[in-house]
Amino acid sequence: MHMADALISPAVGGTMWAASLGLAAYSARKLKPEIAERKVPLMGVIGAFVFAAQMINFAIPMTGSSGHLGGGMILAILLGPHAGFLVMFSILAVQALFFADGGLLALGCNVFNLGFWPCFVVYPLVFKRIVGEKPGQGRVLAGALVSGILSLQLGAFGVVLQTVVSGISELPFGVFLLFMQPVHLAIGVVEGVVTAALASFVWKARPEVIELADDSKATGSASMKPILLGFAVATIITGGLLSWFASAHPDGLEWSMFKTSGQEELDMPDRGVHSSLADIQERTAFLPDYGFAESEGAAGSDETGGGATAEEPDEQDDEKWPAVSGGTSLSGLVGGGMVLLIAGLVGVSLRLIKKRRQ
Amino acid sequence: MSHHIVEVRGLEYVYPDGTPALRGVSFRIEHGESVGIVGANGAGKSTLLLQLNGCLLAKKGTVRIGDFPVTRETLPRIRRSVGTVFQDPNDQLFMPTVEEDVAFGPRNMRLPPDDVEQRVRRSLEAVNAVHLRPRPPYRLSGGEKRSAAIATALSMSPDILVMDEPTSGLDPQARRKLMDLLGRFTHTKIIASHDLDMILRLCPRTIILHQGSVIVDGPTASVLADRELLARSGLDLPLSLQVCPVCGKTAGMPPRNDG
Amino acid sequence: MVRIHAAVSDVGALDGLASQDSPIHRLDPRAKIAVTAMFLAAVVSFPKYEIAEMMPLFLYPAVLSAVGQVPAKTLLRYLLLASPFALLVGVFNPLLDREVVVHWGSWAVTGGWLSFFSILIRFVLTVSAALLLLACTGYVSVCAALNRFGAPRLLTMQFLMLYRFIFILSDEASRMVRAHGLRSGSGRKPTLRVWGSLAGHLLLRAYDRGLRVHAAMLARGFDGTLHPPRAFRWRWADSLFVAGCALFLALVRFGHVAERLGAWVLRVSG
Repeated sequence: MHMADALISPAVGGTMWAASLGLAAYSARKLKPEIAERKVPLMGVIGAFVFAAQMINFAIPMTGSSGHLGGGMILAILLGPHAGFLVMFSILAVQALFFADGGLLALGCNVFNLGFWPCFVVYPLVFKRIVGEKPGQGRVLAGALVSGILSLQLGAFGVVLQTVVSGISELPFGVFLLFMQPVHLAIGVVEGVVTAALASFVWKARPEVIELADDSKATGSASMKPILLGFAVATIITGGLLSWFASAHPDGLEWSMFKTSGQEELDMPDRGVHSSLADIQERTAFLPDYGFAESEGAAGSDETGGGATAEEPDEQDDEKWPAVSGGTSLSGLVGGGMVLLIAGLVGVSLRLIKKRRQ
Repeated sequence: MSHHIVEVRGLEYVYPDGTPALRGVSFRIEHGESVGIVGANGAGKSTLLLQLNGCLLAKKGTVRIGDFPVTRETLPRIRRSVGTVFQDPNDQLFMPTVEEDVAFGPRNMRLPPDDVEQRVRRSLEAVNAVHLRPRPPYRLSGGEKRSAAIATALSMSPDILVMDEPTSGLDPQARRKLMDLLGRFTHTKIIASHDLDMILRLCPRTIILHQGSVIVDGPTASVLADRELLARSGLDLPLSLQVCPVCGKTAGMPPRNDG
Repeated sequence: MVRIHAAVSDVGALDGLASQDSPIHRLDPRAKIAVTAMFLAAVVSFPKYEIAEMMPLFLYPAVLSAVGQVPAKTLLRYLLLASPFALLVGVFNPLLDREVVVHWGSWAVTGGWLSFFSILIRFVLTVSAALLLLACTGYVSVCAALNRFGAPRLLTMQFLMLYRFIFILSDEASRMVRAHGLRSGSGRKPTLRVWGSLAGHLLLRAYDRGLRVHAAMLARGFDGTLHPPRAFRWRWADSLFVAGCALFLALVRFGHVAERLGAWVLRVSG
């Protein structure tokens, strides 16, 4: 469920990194008055705990499989939303660097999907509301279950959006969604139960561990800023997505349209919608279209992540395929193969030279 | 030289959950003394040590370090005079490298970088750990961690060293090295330990705690040789005073390491 | 348990690679982060059907790993260990995009296959870049450099603290798992209830450790000020490295190197 670099476009990667760093700076500022207190070492050890606990698998009853802790919710419960977010950031960074679990460029996406939703949205708005002032075992379980399900649904939806908007994968939005959401529903239930189990244990053994986490004094009245920021980002991405849908790419929507109606495009009435949405897309596009590539008429296609040219739908067929074939022409292949060989040779010889020197 | 004196009077401490830990502890330690604090588990040794560096503040009774009583306001000053070495060196080595850990204290004292550098170098030299300087703490052996932890306390140039179980977990040779090292320090030393043989060697004076009270406070030679007293306090004779399992004789008091 | 130990020793091993000495290791960490960022951006900015023009990018991991003394075996292991999510998603491309794009001899190649191979290439390149950054710089230096780039000090401090305690916590976790395994009959995985108790105890111990570390920090004068890490010294070699890589990436991205080389070769060979 961690986003990978191989599926991402620069626009999506950059946007999500900006969002995550912004949230991190916001959280750090919010925590400033408390730094002298226990937060600093506690964040470290509890983060390490989550990291270690993730490696202890448990058996999921009634299935043959095993599961493990995600951690977003329990971090928010134990440390509060701001510290919890920073800790999640650090855990994901270590996973990305040391275990290649999620790409470095995609780290921003992962931090947002797995950190923002549980800490800044679900915890204050859902968990705390359900659990209230007097947490009893039933309430904690209910709160954790709903929170787990919600956080994972939101996170999974984030992954789908980011993948589809990037445009590297061919999976259509609908199909991908239909696959991801139910799977993560199950994972969400497990996460909820596991979080509840942990929270109850701690609550019974040492309640002060959880009480200590209350760094937002009022329940549920967490600052709206991070939530608004999150929704703004989501809106931008959705806007890009909708315009991408509307623009003329052979994509899931048109593929299913083609399948159902035998037509690749809809007729005139939609032109208005097409062009205006395409306009939005142009304006929100991060990278301008590769105009020079097109003017050369050679390699370099016009399809990238959130940004693409606003082509007229009926020219799309002609423009797309020559652009693709440019990169796969004979000379391209020969050149590409040679370069690969050269790279390998360079690498090997450098190593030999080093060995000889030693 | 009043600034090196440790004076505790009528100290009482109760944990937040209601367990009483210290019940009216009093003693006075002069500059340069080496005092052992012994007692069964739960007797209050660690709690007492935490009172000496201000990590715990007592509601009843007083603790004075030199001219200053230990209160919230005097904490920064107290912490510069009292260097603490905790039971688990892992708790004390929390920076990415040994160098940064040893520099942590001086930096917090807002010393200029040159002074910090000098203190780091001197502390590491004092514990024979200069070669550990760039290493991350998780790469150190138990004995190396212990030395590094001591260096982190030394770098603040404390007058008083408070140590909680310094020899626990060390292999025999590391323990020997540590004892030699501690014997060379001229600081006031307050050492809580189960290692009664070490106390015998390093500390001329011993305080026995039992259930939060001071049972006896006197010369180690007599305190740690009193079998009944030790038994009453939940302890036992130091190994070096017990009957030798090989030859059947009693070794007698070993020569003291206070050179 | 084996998994925990293996994972943590991997972490230690990778950081061990970072303490070697090589021209790459001696570069300023900020330069290496900047170049890694540029490289990743270049890789993912290629259009989705591109394959040939991405080939020159392999020079980057080839050269860096050789000069930086990163064993090929480590690189391979890292690639195999990496999360295959991208490949699992990419595998659908050939199934969904079946429009034939080009003919290579007697083969009709669909767009889907092209984009799948492109995904494969992206995967290898981006994962390698991450490993190279880590193996030639070291986690601690990366964190310090991030701080110099403007990341909040609390965040980078957390990165470091987390790393510091992972070893201890993993140790404790693996000991608990071993103890559990010895009493649970042929290494069965713990049930949810048992897991809750195991993890709960681990959590409480972690929490107590946190309190002790906090006491140790206070005892050494900690008052909430987080001091920045020591400054790095930027040298001309670093500027050269960054500029050189930027040029290389620009050339590869926009210069149609493969195409031109291939065309020239074909022309020369008649």
